[in-house]
Amino acid sequence: MKKTGSQILLECLQLEGVEKVFGYPGGAVINIYDDLFDSPIEHILTRHEQAAVHGADGYARATGKVGVVIATSGPGATNTVTGIATAYMDSIPMVIICGQVPTPLIGNDAFQEADIVGMTRPCTKHNYLVQDIRDLPRMLKEAFYIARTGRPGPVLIDLPKDIQVASMKFSYPDSVNLRGYKPTVSGNLRQIEKAAKMVLAARKPVLYVGGGIVLANACEELLKLAEMTRIPVTTTLMAMSAFPQAHPLALGMLGMHGTYFANMSVTECDLLIAVGARFDDRVTGRIDSFAKKAKVIHIDIDPTTIKKNVGVDLPIVGDIKNVLSTLTNKLLERDDQIDELQEATQDWITDITTWKKTHPMAYKKSKSVIKPQFVIEKIRELTDDDAIISTEVGQHQMWTAQFFNFTQPRTFLTSGGLGTMGFGLPAALGAQVAFPDRQVIDISGDGSFQMNSQELATLVQYRLPVKIAILNNNFLGMVRQWQQLFFNKRYSQTCMDLPIDFVKLAEAYGATGLRTDKVDEVESVIQQALDTPGPVIMEFKVDREENVLPMVPAGKGIHEMVLAS
Amino acid sequence: MKHTISVLVENEFGVLSRVSGLFSGRGFNIESLSVAPTLDPDTSRMTIVTRGDDRILEQINKQLNKLISTIKVVDFTGEDFVERELALIKVSTETENRAEVLRIVDIFRAKVVDVTARSYTVEITGAPAKINALLELLRPMGIKEIVRSGPVVIGRGVKGVAG
Repeated sequence: MKKTGSQILLECLQLEGVEKVFGYPGGAVINIYDDLFDSPIEHILTRHEQAAVHGADGYARATGKVGVVIATSGPGATNTVTGIATAYMDSIPMVIICGQVPTPLIGNDAFQEADIVGMTRPCTKHNYLVQDIRDLPRMLKEAFYIARTGRPGPVLIDLPKDIQVASMKFSYPDSVNLRGYKPTVSGNLRQIEKAAKMVLAARKPVLYVGGGIVLANACEELLKLAEMTRIPVTTTLMAMSAFPQAHPLALGMLGMHGTYFANMSVTECDLLIAVGARFDDRVTGRIDSFAKKAKVIHIDIDPTTIKKNVGVDLPIVGDIKNVLSTLTNKLLERDDQIDELQEATQDWITDITTWKKTHPMAYKKSKSVIKPQFVIEKIRELTDDDAIISTEVGQHQMWTAQFFNFTQPRTFLTSGGLGTMGFGLPAALGAQVAFPDRQVIDISGDGSFQMNSQELATLVQYRLPVKIAILNNNFLGMVRQWQQLFFNKRYSQTCMDLPIDFVKLAEAYGATGLRTDKVDEVESVIQQALDTPGPVIMEFKVDREENVLPMVPAGKGIHEMVLAS
Repeated sequence: MKHTISVLVENEFGVLSRVSGLFSGRGFNIESLSVAPTLDPDTSRMTIVTRGDDRILEQINKQLNKLISTIKVVDFTGEDFVERELALIKVSTETENRAEVLRIVDIFRAKVVDVTARSYTVEITGAPAKINALLELLRPMGIKEIVRSGPVVIGRGVKGVAG
């Protein structure tokens, strides 16, 4: 029996195990939406295509599955671009289906035509324009394979309307055959042997772990390796949930807003084991003073990350889960030497413990004004261990990374690489779609929240009980902080002086709104929000000019932290 | 340092812009780029001349390999290879210098492929340095137009780059 392009698309999605898609209909995808009407796939209608992509992104980050998006041609497609770039920078597996004008009209400046394949070429792992229905099943098979394997990432398929309508006898390929795409899975054994030797010879080792550890589902392997060797672990923003932050070996985040002890450990270490991290400039600060006393082992699935920013003494390309367990086994073969290592690193552990005591992660407490960090600590206290936290981008994001003691992988959803304001609310929406029974909280600022606040409607429509904590300082706080510290307090365009009534906004959408400016009400507001069914906005009027500290000024080494304003 | 890189790619929609976009997006430099299908019509071969230090070249190599459409990357730097470029040069001629142009063309073993009363169009094949040398000699005669293909390279010896 022959099937149409849009039927084939939906059937392929089902064969790939897709249960939920996020999207927004339009003229160039109307055939797909017509077939979707009869499909078991559940569609979440967001209020903006960008939010559909962030929604699928949040779904993917929380579950590890491929997120799927459908958007129409032209403006629908261009609206997805920020979302796709966000996913690309953080290596999130995703497949985006865009409608396109019929093939004979492509290039004619037709109504709602945009060259989305051209536009997304630099921010997708790969993309396709389907020019013949016979290519459609293969391209879909490849798209899912490319999105989820190797270093994951978004793949876009541009599907012209005439291909959706065309028909053919459908069969789905069993396997993919891509001559140019063969990701390395197992690490080179000889390199791993060398790494084991370097670990055993180290006196001041540090594990520097990035988002790749979460993507590879290798958090257990990391914990095992760290505990066995007693090597302290510093995590990037993307990996805050990958290692229990209350663990004695946890150093917290490193880099621009990293802890004193993480940054000092990296500066003083003699062996830096980078795992699934990419030496981003927000992590390294001034590159020539980053870990300059250390030999560097770099484990990553993507060869391009190796030696891109810093020199590496021992590169290991491979799947992190695979490499870490092999490395652990190699070390176990020499367990007598592991005892020696623990003895030899005792002074190092003592140094770090001293740093932790002299410069703990802290803030000035207040009884009269709500400190944003206090709200975050209280949210941690009152939520479940498996609560999923998303953030927007800015000060609240850094405070969440610093003060929310994450314990479980895939519970922290944040836009790390691209730093996309407006990410958190739709990402929380996507995570709640994946896990209807878990607590999902978007920690937000007043600025970021307004970048995708229309998604309150989606939350209410689908009864998604996301709780939103707005740390309202009426400022674009992070930019204001820079202006305070480096631009002589000239607060150019960072003061959002219009006092928005977020409680009324919540109510306008049919959600619940709560507000407080009193320190002693913070706890009860959070508890009330958690106890209230459906989506809730909690607006906390916080200390307006609180800063994120420590801070490494641009161009400085990470040991040159500003510790107090 | 100058590097000449051969890239075997899937001969498919948009592949040239994937490669050129990679170079422009990451701030790598392209001095020349030529592309055409190989014996296998599904495969194209690009020859790219670029410049950069070792670190940049390592990135160029890795980033090219990372493209899904890239099958193979060969940097010929340090290898023994044959390099050829083709140029078409339109020279304006007056009665007094027509013979001189022909002499120069002859010395370079180039050939005249089109002729009018006031011009010669010269075809030359060779290493880029040879073409540059010919251009230097023809320049005083008055070059009206020039088209260069950009170099293509192939390794010396029996070993071949498949595709």
